[in-house]
Amino acid sequence: MRGGLPGAEAFRALLGHFKAMPGGFRLLRTQAFRIVLIYVALFAVSVTALLAFTYWNTRRTMDAQADQIIEAEITGLSEQYQRLGWQGLYQIVTERGQHGGSALYILADGEHRPITGNLTRWPAVTADPGNYVEFDYERTVSSGLETRRARGQILRLEGDNFYLLVAEDVSDRITTQHLFTTTLPWTVGLILVLGLLGGLLMSQNMLRRLDAINRTSGEIIAGDLTRRVPVNGSADEFDVLAENLNRMLDRIERLMKGLREVTDSVAHDLRTPLNRLRNRLEESVARLTAQGGGAGEIERAIAETDKLIATFNALLLIAETDAGTGRSQMTVLELNGVAGDVAELYEPLAEEKGIVLKLQRGPGAQIEGNRSLVAQALANLVDNAIKYTPPDGKVTISVAQTPEGVVLAVADTGPGIPSQDRSRVVERFVRLEASRNSPGTGLGLSLVAAVAHYHGTQLVLADNAPGLKASLTFPKVSKVVPIRPAMTATKSAAE
Amino acid sequence: MRILVVEDDIEAQRYLVQGLKESGHVVDEAADGDLGLSLALSRPYDIAIVDRMLPKLDGLNVVAEMREHGNTTPVLFLSALSEVDERVKGLKAGGDDYLTKPYAFVELLARIDALMRRRTPAGVKTQLQVGDLELDLLTRAATRSGQEIELQPREFRLLEYLMRHAGQVVTRTMLLESVWEYHFDPQTNVIDVHISRLRAKIDKGFEMPLLHTVRGAGYMIRSAAA
Repeated sequence: MRGGLPGAEAFRALLGHFKAMPGGFRLLRTQAFRIVLIYVALFAVSVTALLAFTYWNTRRTMDAQADQIIEAEITGLSEQYQRLGWQGLYQIVTERGQHGGSALYILADGEHRPITGNLTRWPAVTADPGNYVEFDYERTVSSGLETRRARGQILRLEGDNFYLLVAEDVSDRITTQHLFTTTLPWTVGLILVLGLLGGLLMSQNMLRRLDAINRTSGEIIAGDLTRRVPVNGSADEFDVLAENLNRMLDRIERLMKGLREVTDSVAHDLRTPLNRLRNRLEESVARLTAQGGGAGEIERAIAETDKLIATFNALLLIAETDAGTGRSQMTVLELNGVAGDVAELYEPLAEEKGIVLKLQRGPGAQIEGNRSLVAQALANLVDNAIKYTPPDGKVTISVAQTPEGVVLAVADTGPGIPSQDRSRVVERFVRLEASRNSPGTGLGLSLVAAVAHYHGTQLVLADNAPGLKASLTFPKVSKVVPIRPAMTATKSAAE
Repeated sequence: MRILVVEDDIEAQRYLVQGLKESGHVVDEAADGDLGLSLALSRPYDIAIVDRMLPKLDGLNVVAEMREHGNTTPVLFLSALSEVDERVKGLKAGGDDYLTKPYAFVELLARIDALMRRRTPAGVKTQLQVGDLELDLLTRAATRSGQEIELQPREFRLLEYLMRHAGQVVTRTMLLESVWEYHFDPQTNVIDVHISRLRAKIDKGFEMPLLHTVRGAGYMIRSAAA
């Protein structure tokens, strides 16, 4: 293919642009691109076949045409020779030679010395009478001598030992054919390039639509059930898919809400009778002790009741936090202070268990928040960390400023939480198999998640290698967004 | 003590009144805000226990009115609304303490005691004493039988609170609120560990234990009375 070096330059430039495109080399792996690639390839092959066939057919026809002319001439001249003899032939050849045009004639003797005709010399070919020969000859043009190609037939005159050559100039025909053969590869190349570019653009578009769906799914999986897949109103397959997904999500959200409401109202309705139960048990203890009897059994019953009450209280707190009311109690909160208080509260417990509790403060960590809720959430995380970290372990509470906001984190060196369980543990009452026998309600992390949501952020559980790192990234004071309660009407927002 | 109970839930009111009477207090009761307010303004009480949600006149308004009339009776709010903001609202309206329903009766008793203790003008104390344990509030020093005891700032505050309520039951919740200023339920008994540390410092090696655990309720500091 002609082009060589300039082509390479262009290709490199194209590659550079390609790398800079959004999607990059991922585009090459999309189904859309593959389909386009196959289609373009098939198309190119078809076009090539078609053009090749056209070329071959045209050439054959043109050749046949030219040969027919030559054949006719030879036959005609042969007849003339039969009728009019050598003199007649000589005359005709001379006449026709002077005619001009594309026909070439030469009458030569036994040694190929030219006698008449419009060719000055017998061309250098093998004299093969009856078959076609091709040769180069020179023609005088305005700028000088031009080498051209001719095709013809040689007739050997019997008896008189003469050679007659009749030929047609085929230079133009050859030029045309040559043009064809050089244009064809370029054409196919151009088809491929344009097809590929089109394919890239199409797959980029499709990738973008799919990315939007995937991104939203990711956010939903991470816990935000209010997200919906963006619908762009074009009513195409992607939109239909998006709308179906959204409807599915609506249903899931309703189910979860229903479930939560049931748990919450059960908790609410059962708290009061539970408390009355506790009070009556206390009365019995008081009475028995006054009478001098032992009240150990009843005291144990009171302890169990206390655990039940704690569970219900926690459930209700989570429900209230989830509902997002009481927004007015957000104040400017210095996280270092809260972290310090909680650290100090849990320090003796950690020491008792042989765990090192460390506090890393960060400068200027101010957020807009509810002090009580943040403290409770942090306490739950620290409580868990201490509970699950074996002796000689380390628990670190840290407050740090990052570009994304203020990060409050608790990291431990315990067994951690397997990544497949991380989204599960935040649900109410979920306890992992490994910790089933240790004390706890299974609500600690649910509350932390609710508090996180209340503050416009979310609880992130990560691997501390080893151990668990639980972190909350609070938005900076100026950037706090109005809280949307967890269960509001859904919006199909394009975000 | 004379106690006024303003609670519209009859069952809860009956239980409360009975419990308080059995604890040795004199109790008057009202089932709506209007009656409660008129009682509060017409008779002297050592403490008033007022439910937030009342017919005729809301609990918050009852107390607000009391304060406007110059009545300084300590008020303990009872409410089913446990949100922190509600607590603050109650305190802002003139209440002195706030207990969310459901509550343990011992908790209520402990808080009533604490409120009444607060009431007695004890002057500005610079020293607290229980048995042979002395706490100097100016120098922030603790001594027992003349021996100085090393206390960290938080431990000091913990001991101070206990000693200010010497002879009374102090619940874990009260400690969390007063010494750490937090209102929540820690999941494990994290307070207990602080207490046992404190106990190790002030009781170990001494003849008479001062810091007692009251089972099912909380803690108390007192010297064994004769």
